[in-house]
Parts: sequence; structure tokens; C-alpha cells
Amino acid sequence: MLKNRFIRQLFSSCLDLLPILAVVLVFQVAVIRQPIPDVAHLLEGMVLVVFGLALFVQGLEQSLFPLGESMAYAFARKGSVFWLLVFAFCLGFGTTVAEPALIAISDEAARIAAQGHIIADSDAARKSYALGLRLTVALSVGVAILVGVLRILRGWPLHYLIIGGYCVVTAVTPFAPADIIGIAYDSGGVTTSTITVPLVAALGVGLATAIKGRNPMIDGFGLIAFASLTPMIFVMAYGMLR
Amino acid sequence: MSAWLWHFADMLLATGRDILPIAAIIIGFQLLVIRKPLANPRKIAIGFFYVVLGIACFLEGLDMALFPLGKLMATQLTSPEFLGIAATGPRTWLTYSWVYVFAACIGFATTLAEPSLLAVAMKAEQISGGAIRAWGLRIAVSIGVAVGIALGTFRIVTGTELYFYIVVGYVVVIIQTMFAPKMIIALAYDSGGVTTSTVTVPLVTALGLGLATTVPGRNPLVDGFGLIAFASLFPIIAVLAYAQLAQTLGKPHPKP
Repeated sequence: MLKNRFIRQLFSSCLDLLPILAVVLVFQVAVIRQPIPDVAHLLEGMVLVVFGLALFVQGLEQSLFPLGESMAYAFARKGSVFWLLVFAFCLGFGTTVAEPALIAISDEAARIAAQGHIIADSDAARKSYALGLRLTVALSVGVAILVGVLRILRGWPLHYLIIGGYCVVTAVTPFAPADIIGIAYDSGGVTTSTITVPLVAALGVGLATAIKGRNPMIDGFGLIAFASLTPMIFVMAYGMLR
Repeated sequence: MSAWLWHFADMLLATGRDILPIAAIIIGFQLLVIRKPLANPRKIAIGFFYVVLGIACFLEGLDMALFPLGKLMATQLTSPEFLGIAATGPRTWLTYSWVYVFAACIGFATTLAEPSLLAVAMKAEQISGGAIRAWGLRIAVSIGVAVGIALGTFRIVTGTELYFYIVVGYVVVIIQTMFAPKMIIALAYDSGGVTTSTVTVPLVTALGLGLATTVPGRNPLVDGFGLIAFASLFPIIAVLAYAQLAQTLGKPHPKP
């Protein structure tokens, strides 16, 4: 049974990868018209991508989704708002500080900043800049999930909060140094990645399902939206204060 | 072979370390605050192991196959030889047309293959009772990312203000929000963050920084970042439009 499901998962992963392969192939053959170097290495990588994708989805359905949901149910039933909010903050902070994409991008940002003489071009300066960026973003996501959970509990309409957030972003940007704006705007999208999204979405949907009078369709989603909004504000503040 | 195995073990360890805080938080809360044992610890442990192994393989595969290829192409598409112009000759934004086409295609393809988006789309279909189709949602988001990244590369090539584009985008989102069906709004806002995950982010960032480096007169520090911001904003617009369209065309759609 498990074996069959995994094979089906593998097949669907192949289908997922197909569009990427098609784009790259069409461009290489029709536009760039140069032979692709090192095809064997490439194919090896493709096999790993397909295999990894299948394993990831399989593992997700077995651990992270049901765990996040059962935990949200448990916290909603327990009725302790304090612990729920602590959990929300930890979840946001923990998933973000571990995010591989964020690690990669903050290192890249530190490298570019050192090249542009914004910070000293030394290993220590780059490391502290990158770590500061990561912790700022993780903190902002923790706050975002906390506010998002509070929103689900109180039933505040999402779009007022989001539009308010947009207004803050718009108002803060003119005061932020030019070199941080691009990174700040990007960090909104970087935060919510492989691990964060499924877990946070499960928390929101599970929570909205467990609370009476909430429609999971309307109230359950929206946590990730906060997690993409607050990092922009926090990182711009980091750029101004640093 | 053994060097490769060591490298892979390293990779597995790094992924495991990345997963550790979140595993610790979940298990810690379960045991200390809820004070209930895990319902099915064996299955969950195996699931976590699958996730770690899956991400490690996935990232390794991207590093080996897709990144080098993407980088190679980004360089090739902006080289004067490919464009057929002199190295210092005059160029307009139209000179780089292939860059926009490539950016759009890459945005579309990577988003369609995105595991996080797949997970959330399945969840959305399940919760809406089939009113929102997982495939429809994925395609709407992918088109949004394609348009977003293409416009983002256009911004890098022309060197215009990021701020201006994003504020205009916000205004469009706010206007759409006022007319869109209520049940899709939160999902649409979420889809912006969902698209830009571990697959898309490094690839797209490398593209932006590469462009800002190769296009004359651009500074990677000021112009290089910002593509992800586009890739997070445009899916919101696309999903809201998809919902609006589905409603207008009178598709089965539960009225509250």
C-alpha cells in the first residue's frame, strides 16, 4: 500500500518537474543554440530532484500536516490564549530561523553589502550582518503569526489589517536607506518557504476549524499573508537603526 | 563516490539541523504544555525523516542540475554576442526581450512545480469542497509569478524605482479586494508568500543579481534585489482575478 502510494507520488513529482525541463530545453535548443555541457551530471541532479520532491510530500502528509493540525486543535480546546500565542510566536520564529532559502539570501545580501562598502569587507562583519538580518526576519515572522492567530481568535477581517500593513510599508520606505529597500521587500517572500508554509497553514486552518462559528475558508488562511508583510517593515527598521 | 557520500551526509546533517528547532518546538509543546504523548510517534518520526531526506535530495538536485543551468542561461542571454550588438553599443530595454521571456517562463515553471504551493492548493480544494480547483489555483498563481518576474527584470533593466511598482501593485490589490468574493481573500493573500519558496528564491535572486551585474549602469546593491517582491505581489492579483472570473462565469460556487 505504502509502496504504491510512493510510486504514485514519484510519478506526480515527474509531472511537476516537466515544465521546468521543457522551458530550459526549449531555450537551450531554440534560442541559445549551444550544446548543453555535462548532461550526465544534470540528469543525476534531475533524478535527485524528483526523488526528493516525492519524499518531501510523502513525509509532509505523514508528519507536519497532521501534527500541526492536531496541535492547533489541542490548543484551541485547551482554551489558554496565553499558551496559544506563545506557541504561535515560537512556531513563526523556529520555522523561519531554520529556513534554508533565508540563510542563502542573507549570506548573499551580506556579500553584496560588503562589495558596496555598506559594511566592512571582513568575514566577521558579513556574518554578523547576515545573522542580524536572519534574526530580524525570524522575529518579524514570530510577531506576524502571533497577530494572525489573534486575528483568527477575535475574527478581525483580514483585509483591514493587510491594507493597514501596506500603508505602514509605504510610509516607512521613504525613510529607509536605498540599499535595504530591495532586500526588505524580498525578505517578505523569502520567509515563507518549504517548512514554514505547510505548518503555518495547517495551524491556521486547524484553529479556524476548531473554533465555533469560524469558517476555515475565510478565517483559516491569512497567516502566511502576515508573515510576508511584517518582514518588510522590520527589515527596513533594521536598515535604519543599524 | 565516497567524497560524494560524505558531501551528502553533510547536506543531510545541515537539513536536519535546520529542521531541528521546529521539531523541538512541536514535540516540546506536545509534551510540556499539552502533556499528552504523541499519537503515533513511529509514523511521525518516519515522516520527519522523509521530510529531511526529501529536502536534502531536492536541494542537492537543484544545486547539481537546475542552478548551473539557470545561471548559464542568464549569462548567455545577456552576453553581447548573443544579443548581436557591440559590447559598448547603444541598447534600449527592447534589446533584452529574451530576458523577459525567459524570466516569465522560469517563473511559471518553477511555481507550477512548487511543493509548498501543491500542498496549500490541495488543502484549499479540500476545504472549499471542490469549488476551488487545485489545478486552477496553481495555474493562476503561476501566471501571476510569470508576469511579476518578467516585470521585475524589466525594472532591473530600466533601473526604475522598486517602490513605485510595489505601491501601484498594492493599490490594485486593495481595489480588487473590495470586489472579490469574500472566501477567496485570505487564500489570495497567502498565495503571495507561498509561491516564493526554496525552489524559486535562490534561482530568481541569482537571476536578478546576475542581471544587475551584466546590464551596464546597474548596481547589484540597489537594483539586484526586488524580484522576489514582484513574485510575491502578482500572485495575489492573479488569484483575486481568478476568483472574480470564476464567479462571473457562474461556475459552481457556494453562496453564503
